[in-house]
Amino acid sequence: MGLEAYLKDNGFFTTKIDAIIAWARKSSVWPMPMGISCCAIEMMAVGDPKYDIARFGSEVMRFTPRQCDLMIVAGTVTYKMAPVVRKIYDQMPDPKWVIAMGACTSSGGMYRSYSVVQGIDQFLPVDVYLAGCPPRPDNLLFALMKIQDKIGKTKASQFQNLPSGKDEIKLPDLNVIQNN
Amino acid sequence: MNLKTLIPQKLKEKFPSVDFEVLDYRDELTIKFDKKSIVEVCNFLKSESDLDFNWCSDITAVDWATRKNRFTVVYNIFSMKHNFRLRLKADVDETDCKIDSVTSVWGAANWQERETYDMYGIKFNNHPDLRRMYMPEEFEYYPLRKDFPLMGIPGSLPLPKK
Amino acid sequence: MDQLENEVHPKILEALLKARNDYTLDDALENEMVLNMGPQHPATHGVLRLLLRLDGERIIGCVPDLGYLHRGYEKMAENMSYYEYIPHTDRLDYISPMANNVAWVLAVEKLAGIEAPKRAQYIRMMIAELARIASHLVAIGSFAMDVGALTIFLWTLREREKILDIWDILCGARFTNSYTRIGGVANDAQPEALAKAKWFIDQFEPNLAEVEQLINTNRIFIERVDGVGVISKEDAIDLGFCGPNLRACGMEFDLRRNAPYLCYNEMDFKIPTYTEGDCLARYFLRLDECRESAKIVKQILEKMPQGPVQADMPKKVLPQKDEVYTKMEELIHDFMIVNFGINPPVGEIYHAIEGSKGELGFYLVSKGDGKPWKCKIRSPSFNNIQALPKLVIGHLISDVVAIIGSIDPIMGEADK
Repeated sequence: MGLEAYLKDNGFFTTKIDAIIAWARKSSVWPMPMGISCCAIEMMAVGDPKYDIARFGSEVMRFTPRQCDLMIVAGTVTYKMAPVVRKIYDQMPDPKWVIAMGACTSSGGMYRSYSVVQGIDQFLPVDVYLAGCPPRPDNLLFALMKIQDKIGKTKASQFQNLPSGKDEIKLPDLNVIQNN
Repeated sequence: MNLKTLIPQKLKEKFPSVDFEVLDYRDELTIKFDKKSIVEVCNFLKSESDLDFNWCSDITAVDWATRKNRFTVVYNIFSMKHNFRLRLKADVDETDCKIDSVTSVWGAANWQERETYDMYGIKFNNHPDLRRMYMPEEFEYYPLRKDFPLMGIPGSLPLPKK
Repeated sequence: MDQLENEVHPKILEALLKARNDYTLDDALENEMVLNMGPQHPATHGVLRLLLRLDGERIIGCVPDLGYLHRGYEKMAENMSYYEYIPHTDRLDYISPMANNVAWVLAVEKLAGIEAPKRAQYIRMMIAELARIASHLVAIGSFAMDVGALTIFLWTLREREKILDIWDILCGARFTNSYTRIGGVANDAQPEALAKAKWFIDQFEPNLAEVEQLINTNRIFIERVDGVGVISKEDAIDLGFCGPNLRACGMEFDLRRNAPYLCYNEMDFKIPTYTEGDCLARYFLRLDECRESAKIVKQILEKMPQGPVQADMPKKVLPQKDEVYTKMEELIHDFMIVNFGINPPVGEIYHAIEGSKGELGFYLVSKGDGKPWKCKIRSPSFNNIQALPKLVIGHLISDVVAIIGSIDPIMGEADK
């Protein structure tokens, strides 16, 4: 299964660079668990021995956004918490995807009230919406597989997100004493 | 001696000038009185040795919306020695929306009163740190009042751009 | 400092700078720092924001900032009937959802004057104790994980999955199940669920002993949590510190013994108490409470009576669905109860149970119609976090993580 089957005859195989990069990216999606409330418990349950997420390559749940590609927003997002979620999303490097886990993130859920954002797609671009309150861990694994399909079909050229010539990246002003 | 008859009797002896209204519903005792004497009554209930109400469960307020005294501040306290629950109530009017703080009696009242201030707008005199609890500091309304709509007022809470 | 003032509201900064600190250092460094342990952090349990004022690594001031999960529970309760609110109570203390259901339903039954039958009370006791075991398992697991022992977390979650399986058979949902109803429970406990509960209790003790064996004598763990976060009994009672945290300070107080509800006065169990009041005492106490709860569940399974599981009050208790579809009176009752509510008499009550974190209480005011006029939730985690500044002052930053883990706050109920 996998590479060894291809390599056993000739010792090489031909493919497209797109396919290889997409395969590497989708087999090692590192999630960033934005665990806010009850859905976070089901996300923890996905990591435990019964519904193992490690077999999908996503065991490494780093809590720092700089090292992740997938943000799983699990739990009700309130107006007070929304700038924090947006800030963490902005800190993630490209390419990045977002799973809106549960009913609260998809549309406000059962909370029609003054302090709950009715759906995180009001301030974040979402790739997969997951239904359930909370969704079962199998459901979260299904969403992960859908994201893996999406990554598998994306061409490498679409990942390039370089800024256009007009608004260049401004480097910070460092107080460096230069010798030459 | 039964605490249910002992407590109103002792309170009437100690504070003859205060008018106490005693209710007994579903086996729970409720005492209602004027808000001016709240700190003295609470101090007495805590320090008196055969009453000993040292556990402050809950402080909240009820908004009656159309009555003359719009709010009622409710104190649920518990005596660990006698396993007895008591409820104290004091009316607060909307025009004079202030009441004395009982933080000096029970330390647990600190955050409970902050939450009541955040939700209803009732100010507590001599509170060490009266700030909002749940809503952001810039929020201008008091959510649990009956004239605040359930879905909130559009534009009162900012949202980041997409 | 300019960057900081944009992020932190000036009122919170002012509270931090004038917070009481009766801790002095011998040679205090000149620089102080304000550190934001923000809402998104691996070790704060949920969205708790702490603003710490540091002198080097020592903490001299701490102000918690809540409200990042404030969902408006009390306002929503004023707009929906007593039955419709049951799923919302699940999400309060979301680690032990059944206990919150039981607390709400007991409060409403006290207000309306309904008494549930014996079998329903026993089933409610069983699910509340299983919820306590599940909650303590997560607390122990995440406490150990925060301090550094990662394996404990996986092993306790494995045990917890078995409890979730029991609930899955019992009512169809493994988590946030709204199983209780006003007047009883939703459906009778199936024999498979009870058999699985018995199997679970029989194999629970050796597995817990296995977990303990890993860290109870581990020098790194003991030195990390022994003597950290000490609080005295008088301070704890004054600040409203409740649940296992209070019992670890030397106060033997448990609402199941002092103000019994359901059928706890027929059960035989001890109340474990420790006197030191530090993180290690709270950890040991939770282990002991797991064992006591397992004992209670064993007694319940032996003594469970037969009988109906819903009270016989047609005007207040929802009838079963198959009767609604076939009989006339049940159809009318169902219509009236769902649309107009149960209409308890005018009055107010406060009822509290011993949840897994402490005293979980509901204060309900009724004006005679189907919706409550006022509902206040007295959540134990709210009061436990109030004691946090007192516990962390004088310790290092890494101790803050251990202290928060040992208090075990759940932001869903602290923020309501």
